[in-house]
Amino acid sequence: MSAPMPDDPTSEIMEIQMGPSHPASHGTIKFNLRLDGETIADIDVEIGYLHRGFEKMCEQGTWNHVFPYADRLNYASPLLNNVGFALAVEKLAGVTAPERCQYIRVIAGEISRITDHLTCLGMAASELGAISAAFYMLEAREFLYDLVEALTGARLTVTYCRLGGVMRDLPAGFAERTRDALRRVQAVVADCERLLSRNRIFVDRMAGIGAISREDALSWGLTGPLLRATGIGYDVRKATPYLVYDRLDFVVPTGSRGDNYDRFAVRMAEIEQSIRIIGQALDQIPAGPVAINDPRHHLPPKQEVYGSIEGLMNHFKLVIEGQKVAAGEVYSATEGGNGELGFFLVSDGSGRPYRVRVRPPCFYAMSALGHMLKGHMIADIITTFGQINMIGGECDR
Amino acid sequence: MSTETLVERVLRLLPGATAVAEEAVRGDTVVVLDRGLLLEGLKTLRDHAETRFEMLTDLTVVDYLGRMPRFEVIYQLYSLTWNHRLRLRVPVPEDDPVVASATSVWKAANWAEREAWDLFGIRFAGHPDLRRILMYPEFTAHPLRKDYPVARREPLVPERDPIAQPWPPRGAA
Repeated sequence: MSAPMPDDPTSEIMEIQMGPSHPASHGTIKFNLRLDGETIADIDVEIGYLHRGFEKMCEQGTWNHVFPYADRLNYASPLLNNVGFALAVEKLAGVTAPERCQYIRVIAGEISRITDHLTCLGMAASELGAISAAFYMLEAREFLYDLVEALTGARLTVTYCRLGGVMRDLPAGFAERTRDALRRVQAVVADCERLLSRNRIFVDRMAGIGAISREDALSWGLTGPLLRATGIGYDVRKATPYLVYDRLDFVVPTGSRGDNYDRFAVRMAEIEQSIRIIGQALDQIPAGPVAINDPRHHLPPKQEVYGSIEGLMNHFKLVIEGQKVAAGEVYSATEGGNGELGFFLVSDGSGRPYRVRVRPPCFYAMSALGHMLKGHMIADIITTFGQINMIGGECDR
Repeated sequence: MSTETLVERVLRLLPGATAVAEEAVRGDTVVVLDRGLLLEGLKTLRDHAETRFEMLTDLTVVDYLGRMPRFEVIYQLYSLTWNHRLRLRVPVPEDDPVVASATSVWKAANWAEREAWDLFGIRFAGHPDLRRILMYPEFTAHPLRKDYPVARREPLVPERDPIAQPWPPRGAA
């Protein structure tokens, strides 16, 4: 906050409140603006409207109970949150998922990354009046949601990962369906690229708007496409590879100016890379189990639960008492749709998490929004806010 | 790069810090730092050529109710230059829950410290704008503390007239 609002009525500065429910902003968020004409003199971003006490709720159940909550963090890419949380608990418990499961997690996660980017870019296009491009992208997202539904049984609330594995194996014919869906997504993305990337209106509204320098981007803690748009190629998948990302060939697209147009271009290029990753993972995926066979951590198969007393007891103990994870703490970072998605977990040795902290990428991006917007026009709020891709579930938790 | 590990390097640069046994943190690099040495330590870690922690990835608090000191403020640092991560734990007592603000070192600390104040009641000395961020301004407790009951209902607060009583207040720092 810089200059206070003067009480002089002849002053040119106008105080206005935009939101929390505004038709042009997807997400419940309030901007307290101080305007000089149409130029933003000062802006205070108010979040918290979607605060549901995620971290408090996680302390009430067992480790497995957190997976459904994790879906509801970034609901544009629930599988990435699922994978991120699973990896964090597994690091804490000293468990490694089987290789086939790791490939499945990569495939599922990258499908989710594409849906995340399509949502963000489609909405960005529609906010600038390019509603047809938005509908094309939403249609492409539908192809992917069909895959997610075949894989997990749900489009959004997937709860697919477990401690030490995933819920179930790939359905029959999944590889062919995926390749087919990705071909169609690729065609749609190519169409949208032609519709938008050299479109005069789109470029004028995006280029040079909301720019941030590299130094500031680092200081504000930006990650993901926002940081890469400034030219810094930091991607957790490359910096500290997890799962099987070190065996897959992909590049980290970067921009140079750190403005909204570069953010758009980086996301577009990342969709292409995610498609490449999924293709390679489908080629390389080995046969084998999709979850560890460890009665301390993973629920036994249902035949054993209903068919043997040992299986029933094992199931009962895991559900009622939870998985006992040795006391300790870890920080585990994965690349979410919007940047570094970190989980900081503390265990006291009981079956319940002592503390679950999410490092939400868009929380830090939102904190820099005021800095990005100062001096721009009021209409630029919408495009910049759109490219930050703030997801209330993750930002406000 | 020498064979010196990151934790040895950090301990050499920050003489007041102590290392945490690797087993309890599953291989992460973690040091404990006294809050009196915090601000200087953070600046050293950011600027020294051998550490270069350009990013404050995250800042949070853990409430160890029943332990002395009760709170620990947690700093997750990341260095792009070295590609290494460090976690800093700063113990904070319950009767004087204040630490120095890191906003002058990393801008990311601004909202993160507001959240830590909001949910845990840790005050950050020198923070330019320490308001609540996730909860509403009339809220009086700090809900992520372990002694805050999960099912507590808070009283309804009267509706605020945004013209007469703007939020943030006019002239807020």
